[in-house]
Amino acid sequence: MSDLSANAVLCLVERDGDGIAAGSLRALGFARSLADTVGGPLTAVVFGLPSAEPVTGEATVAEVAAAGASELCVVSAEGLTGYAPVAWAKALERLVVTEQAAAVVAGATDHGSEVMAHLGALTGLPVAANCIAASAAGEGSWQLVRQRWAGSVLEDAVLKASCALLTVAADAVPADAVPAAGSDGAGVRPAVRTFVPVLTDDDLRVVATESAEQSAGVSLATARVVVGGGRGVGGPEGFAALEELAGLLGGVVGVSRVVTSQGWRPHRQQVGQTGTKISPELYLACGISGAIQHMAGCMSAKHIVAVNTDPDAPIISRAEYAVIGDLNEVIPALVAAIRTADTDS
Amino acid sequence: MDILVCVKRVPMVGGKVVVTAEGQDVDTRMSGFTVSPHEECAVEEAVQITERSGGSVTVLTLGPPEAADQLREMLALGAHRGVLLETDGREWGPVATSAAIAWAVGEIGPASFPLMMFGNESADTGGYQVGIRVAHELGRPCVTGIKRLELAGDVLRAGREYRGAQEEFEVALPAVVSVKEGINLPRYPSLPGRLRAKRAEITVLRPQWQADGLRKVGLRVPVSSAQRAQVLGQGKDAVPELVRVLGEIGVLPSPARSRAGAGGDGAAA
Repeated sequence: MSDLSANAVLCLVERDGDGIAAGSLRALGFARSLADTVGGPLTAVVFGLPSAEPVTGEATVAEVAAAGASELCVVSAEGLTGYAPVAWAKALERLVVTEQAAAVVAGATDHGSEVMAHLGALTGLPVAANCIAASAAGEGSWQLVRQRWAGSVLEDAVLKASCALLTVAADAVPADAVPAAGSDGAGVRPAVRTFVPVLTDDDLRVVATESAEQSAGVSLATARVVVGGGRGVGGPEGFAALEELAGLLGGVVGVSRVVTSQGWRPHRQQVGQTGTKISPELYLACGISGAIQHMAGCMSAKHIVAVNTDPDAPIISRAEYAVIGDLNEVIPALVAAIRTADTDS
Repeated sequence: MDILVCVKRVPMVGGKVVVTAEGQDVDTRMSGFTVSPHEECAVEEAVQITERSGGSVTVLTLGPPEAADQLREMLALGAHRGVLLETDGREWGPVATSAAIAWAVGEIGPASFPLMMFGNESADTGGYQVGIRVAHELGRPCVTGIKRLELAGDVLRAGREYRGAQEEFEVALPAVVSVKEGINLPRYPSLPGRLRAKRAEITVLRPQWQADGLRKVGLRVPVSSAQRAQVLGQGKDAVPELVRVLGEIGVLPSPARSRAGAGGDGAAA
């Protein structure tokens, strides 16, 4: 598979509705920069819809163009009706050969990471996970920076491989650095073509069936305000005040790992490395010390305000504002103040 | 059913992570070690399966001799046997690790474990691939990131959430799954569990290291935006200031927002 003329970069693109998922837009931006260091073209690879009409609304094409990809490859095959990680990896494995790819890039989402791991296993190549920077450093050699501990530690690494397989950390590229479709700098319309991989039954042993969307309501991942509660809440009863405040602010409650491992709140409310990653306008962290595993889940918040009895808690050096005090006093008083302001006006 | 669960010894990290002077490892002089959270849930899930329907749980790790401590932690939670793939302490990447695990399964008996479980990704390197690579080595199907697991005869059903939607999988055993925290609430070790774990014999195997093309040059802690927060005040007395800040950020309900903004330099746009 080692080909001296290999200089294309492939990017796995996940769809979201008519357009491209946010994680894949970031991956495309990353792949574009990487392609520039290689001096080769960028091809976006998207997996088609089950219908005979194989994907690509204009939204997808426009977004791919804006990201600077010169080609959009739509993979479509009989039996490929949903997410099928091995089949997706098989298709990419074939495309690495036909496109003479020097690198394959995917967002470090659950699907992106999973498909790349299968591709690594199929090809026997290493996969460098959670990269935040990558550049070509000579034939088959790459310089990388990747995240460990969900971003609390960075690793400088050298990768030597006939084809570099990389996943891109969720926060490697700021979302607003990705050009929007139709913006200045949007590239020319990419060449769209279809690729039909040859698949065996074994490639389709693991296929996702997607069930109905979850219950409506504000989700933790997308909430504009998250009121966080940690050990300092003291027990399951203490969350009533946080819920009330979250309700007033149109937000939701999130919790630290200690809260779920004590069984005070369900795991789906957990913010952090092994829970949900949030990116609200405001994260109000109450009684949370700020372990790195927790901060990994909330560092994309625009503003962090901490309420903590301990002025030396790690969260105080990660927050923008702090109130030093007991949340069980501060939060009810805050709720009362907001309600008063509400009725006074 | 006999289940194999693979775990990884990782530094126990709290509020701050420090890299050693040589920049090759996380400094563990003040911390100690544990297993990754997802893996603790994998062990719990396996123990629950055997409590319901019999069989045994073998817990395996690859690491230095001291990694036996992590096996004993898992034995204290109810696992029955421990296997240590002993290394000389250097870092093993996912390619070498998965080849070693597949080799060890062959040594123990290729048909011994109809179900193999992993954590979805380790707390430190987060590679998201050892389970998948082992599945390929053994020719088994693999479902990752699961938060629900159901066994009915030779059929395994698993579920997970992705971008707000539920994904369901169904595969035939033998199979490999990787688990995410939240699938269950791991128990605390019991005293009898601890005593049993202390006495348990651990099988030691020595796999062959292999390079995989990915080489760590060094580790560093990112230049953070670490700042001290602006302290708004102490206790309840800080509430008016806090309301003003929330107004500035633009998250107060509208009437309260306009009031908070009236005294300050403008509420949120």
